[in-house]
Amino acid sequence: MLKATLKSLAARKLRLGMSAFAIVIGVAFVVGSYVFTDTLNRTFDDIFGDLSSDVVVRPATPEGQESWATLAGAGSSTTVPADLVQQIDALPEVASADGEIEDSSVFVLDKDGDVVGVAGAPGVAVNWYEEPVREGEERVLQLIDGRAPERSGEIAVDDQTIETTGYQIGDEIPLVTLGEQPRISAELVGVTRFGESGSLAGASLVAFDTGTAQELFLDGENAFNGVSVRAAEGVDAEELRDTVGSLLPDGLEAMTGDDVDEETSSAVEEGLGFFNTFLLIFAAIALFVGVFLILNTFSILVAQRSQEMALFRALGASRRQVTRSVLVEAFVVGIVGATLGLLLGLGVALGLQAIFAAFGMDFGGGLVLQPRTVIVAYVVGVLVTMVAAFVPARRASRVPPVAAMRDDVVLPDSSRRTHVLLGGILAVGGAASMAAGLLEIAPSAAVFVGVGIVAVFIGVALLAPIISVPIIRVIAGWYPKTFGTVGRLARENALRNPRRTAATASALMIGLALVSAIAVVGASANKSIEQALDDGLEAEFVMASASGQPFSPAVAEQARQTGGVATVASMRGSFAVIDGSQSYLSAIDPETFGQATELSMVEGSADLASGGAIVGDDTADSDDLAVGDTINADLGSGIEEIQIVGIYDAGNPLLGGYVVGLQTLQDLGITPADSTVYVTAESGADLGQVQADLEAATSELPMVTVQNQEEYKDSQRDEVNQLLYIVYALLGLGIIIAILGIVNTLALSVMERTREVGLLRAVGLSRRQLRTTIRLESVAIAVLGAVLGVGLGLVFGISLQRAVSDDGLDALSVPVGQLVVFILLAAAVGVLAAAWPARRAAKLDVLRAINTE
Amino acid sequence: MTTNHQAGPAAATAVELTKIYGSGDTQVTALGGVDVEFAAGNFTAIMGPSGSGKSTLMHCMAALDAPTSGKVYIGDIELSSLNDKALTRTRRDRLGFIFQAFNLVPTLTAKENITLPLDIAGKDVDQEWFDTVINTVGLADRLRHKPNELSGGQQQRVACARALVSKPDIIFADEPTGNLDSRSGAEILAFLRSSVRELGQTIVMVTHDPGAAAYADRVLFLADGQIVDEMLDPTAEKVLERMKNFDAVGQVS
Ligand SMILES: Nc1ncnc2c1ncn2[C@@H]1O[C@H](COP(=O)(O)OP(=O)(O)OP(=O)(O)O)[C@@H](O)[C@H]1O
Ligand SMILES: [Mg+2]
Repeated sequence: MLKATLKSLAARKLRLGMSAFAIVIGVAFVVGSYVFTDTLNRTFDDIFGDLSSDVVVRPATPEGQESWATLAGAGSSTTVPADLVQQIDALPEVASADGEIEDSSVFVLDKDGDVVGVAGAPGVAVNWYEEPVREGEERVLQLIDGRAPERSGEIAVDDQTIETTGYQIGDEIPLVTLGEQPRISAELVGVTRFGESGSLAGASLVAFDTGTAQELFLDGENAFNGVSVRAAEGVDAEELRDTVGSLLPDGLEAMTGDDVDEETSSAVEEGLGFFNTFLLIFAAIALFVGVFLILNTFSILVAQRSQEMALFRALGASRRQVTRSVLVEAFVVGIVGATLGLLLGLGVALGLQAIFAAFGMDFGGGLVLQPRTVIVAYVVGVLVTMVAAFVPARRASRVPPVAAMRDDVVLPDSSRRTHVLLGGILAVGGAASMAAGLLEIAPSAAVFVGVGIVAVFIGVALLAPIISVPIIRVIAGWYPKTFGTVGRLARENALRNPRRTAATASALMIGLALVSAIAVVGASANKSIEQALDDGLEAEFVMASASGQPFSPAVAEQARQTGGVATVASMRGSFAVIDGSQSYLSAIDPETFGQATELSMVEGSADLASGGAIVGDDTADSDDLAVGDTINADLGSGIEEIQIVGIYDAGNPLLGGYVVGLQTLQDLGITPADSTVYVTAESGADLGQVQADLEAATSELPMVTVQNQEEYKDSQRDEVNQLLYIVYALLGLGIIIAILGIVNTLALSVMERTREVGLLRAVGLSRRQLRTTIRLESVAIAVLGAVLGVGLGLVFGISLQRAVSDDGLDALSVPVGQLVVFILLAAAVGVLAAAWPARRAAKLDVLRAINTE
Repeated sequence: MTTNHQAGPAAATAVELTKIYGSGDTQVTALGGVDVEFAAGNFTAIMGPSGSGKSTLMHCMAALDAPTSGKVYIGDIELSSLNDKALTRTRRDRLGFIFQAFNLVPTLTAKENITLPLDIAGKDVDQEWFDTVINTVGLADRLRHKPNELSGGQQQRVACARALVSKPDIIFADEPTGNLDSRSGAEILAFLRSSVRELGQTIVMVTHDPGAAAYADRVLFLADGQIVDEMLDPTAEKVLERMKNFDAVGQVS
């Protein structure tokens, strides 16, 4: 039996190749995301793996938080005074102790005046100090050319930045900082290299001499952000940590370098974990869609071979043997598919690497292929195929032996009633599960929504053979009128096997349902933002840095000096641990901010001058806060109690969460730096002129842009749209698999109908007419999938919008035009998918076609 | 060998028709230079041992297969001068087919199957003629049925009706009764016979059954790719007698 199975397998290479393709794509995506994130992790492990010296002194991590400085990326205001560094240096257990200064917003400008580095990546600045190095070790930051910066006006810059900008030693390099003088310049005296690969993952690194760094980042205080301590001979790190720790005042802590490195790595991995999850979700979608394709292919293959199966049965094979032979086939296809998928997945990872490199994030070195990835590839590939083949296998085993004698074998169909019942239960149950998740009645909402969506998909797919018949009658209803017999043939072909048509369309349905849902949510988000800004944004201009990095208050100051400007409202903020959880603390001046937007209070007042805080009504609800309560905020220099003085309407588009006064934020130790500046013009001012003047005022700072209301709205919309496009691109993969599914089904159906094709050609159907027939059938299937998909997508999208309407997505917008385009695109996809099967059919030799068995 | 016994002008003619399959060792000469004419309004049966080239002759005559050499005329159109498009059109407009099995498109009703060649051509159905054909075939009450709801004999009658309804110059039938019991077979043959006699149709039919051949005006005997004999006004007995002579050469099934 096994031999017979393998033989028939080899005989149908093409058909099996097509079904294997789905597995290849699904597995490739899984493998690609694993390999890519593993490679990323390796890169970051290289960067952070052996970064710290034996012991590190740094501002204490807020209680209950694992790692704070690394995650938030915000410097703490607690510093280490220079004499403490000397004290540590003097310890007998210490070989050397060096004060370190670090800042993350010093950006290098290239020769065109643009910021170097990946948008959003930090511009790291450090103080350069001579560090004694043990035998066989190298400094993390090495000087590879020139000399170290020694005095004010000198800098050393990392080699990658030097390479991209083309600066040379001796050049005067423009820099942007957060300080009073946002724009400075310094002579390049040295080139540094970070770690072995030199990769900074898109950031830039500037080294100053210690004095200048203190001047720039610590207001000239003779202090440091941290201390790097090296142990004397024979002293181990933990011992040293404890000794140093005993010297430290409150607010500082000593840690071993290994612990710090580990903390950093795991924080980075956590950040990347999200990315991995993201990719894996799409891999899951690809596989889920792939299951339909595989299931369909195996169903067709089994149907076509039912006579062979019946012959086996007649010759004495048991039902179990027949089932097994199909499963063995699936197993072989799964193995082959997984192997090819694994290879393709490596290609996908290479592609991702290349894309990231093109955006300036170069992850050097080869790909990381962990045994785990290989195992997952095979488990997923083989398991998915076997599961998908199980149903057809069972059906195959029910072929009665007598069928071997008959000409037209009809496979026993499982009863319609069972299908409708099961499909109905799944669809309704899935919808209920989704609703529970969306309304957050259920404990783990995401799981409920996810499982619900999958259940609805399967439910609708099970119902599809029944729903699809009337839909196809509508979609293809005009075929006979317009295309005559050719149209009638196409319509009847699309209807002749509703189960097959529906399964094929289901794959497309899934992709399009997700795309349509996202389109509805995206359009609603855009509309909500627009409405909120229409209502809430009164400032004529918004100044912000493109990358979201804060910028010097000097910008706001200059804006104030500009003619025609009425008020200038700064918005600042900092990461903070509030009541034990990581959060964000914004700061405004209610006076000027009230000009930029209508700040309507639900309760209390917006008087922040006394050091109090206001909070949005949504946050107040969720955190159970009322006016008069206090919150505990830790911004890195110990816990401060802040009283809630008011609750504002969170419908405001510019404000969210906890808000304090500008002075309060500064008192909490945060260096003043604006994240956004809102400018209101005097009434009657020439807005064009004001904008031009503001732009002139910020010309020194290329990162800061001035946007008028329309431009600001556009940029907000762009943000939403960019996200949409990324998701579309990834879902596109699911749709490509669906297209292949149509190609596959059509090709197999055409093969199945070879004799019929021959007959039609014999009685005078031209090649062109034959192609049209197949094309029309394909269009009907594709549009069926699109209609089902867009319909489900609408349901998903609208329920999603309803569910989160309180969280800022209050306006529902159904992008009708876009959805219609999806359906038209599906029709085009249908034409495309039919190209190959139609060509094959047209090429069939009439005589041979008639005479095939 | 004379094949010139004519009842009228030729509906189809083959000249020096040769068909060779394969090459080298596996080369098979299915037709070795056949000259034949099929007169309009005549019912011709072709007989011969299995493998003698009957189907091949039929396929070459019916523009379904290209001969290796020689010429085929349908009326005065020479087939080898036509491209695929023109061949398709010739089949559609001037030829009719009845195969041994699988004659119908399963998704179409009997009526749709019958009018298929006309529909493909975008021609109107001559309702009167259609009714005549349907009544002759006796299918009036089965027109809305799909093929799988019809018996084998009924399916073949639909195929006959399809071949007739477009009034082709000539109908080719390859063992049209091969799959039928003798009664259904007889009905089909009687029908073909009457369509020749009453409707003036031209029919060429391959058969293994001497009884079936007896319905024809003329029987051609094929052996080893050559026309070896011809019989006018055949009866089953005469044909059977003649066929026995082939037993020495090849087996008649
Ligand atoms: N496609 C082909 N390739 C190779 N040889 C072929 C092909 N078709 C037919 N032949 C050979 O040509 C010869 C004539 O075949 P043909 O089908 O015309 O015989 P036939 O008289 O119709 O036989 P039967 O009564 O069995 O149907 C046979 O020897 C056959 O093996
Ligand atoms: Mg034959």
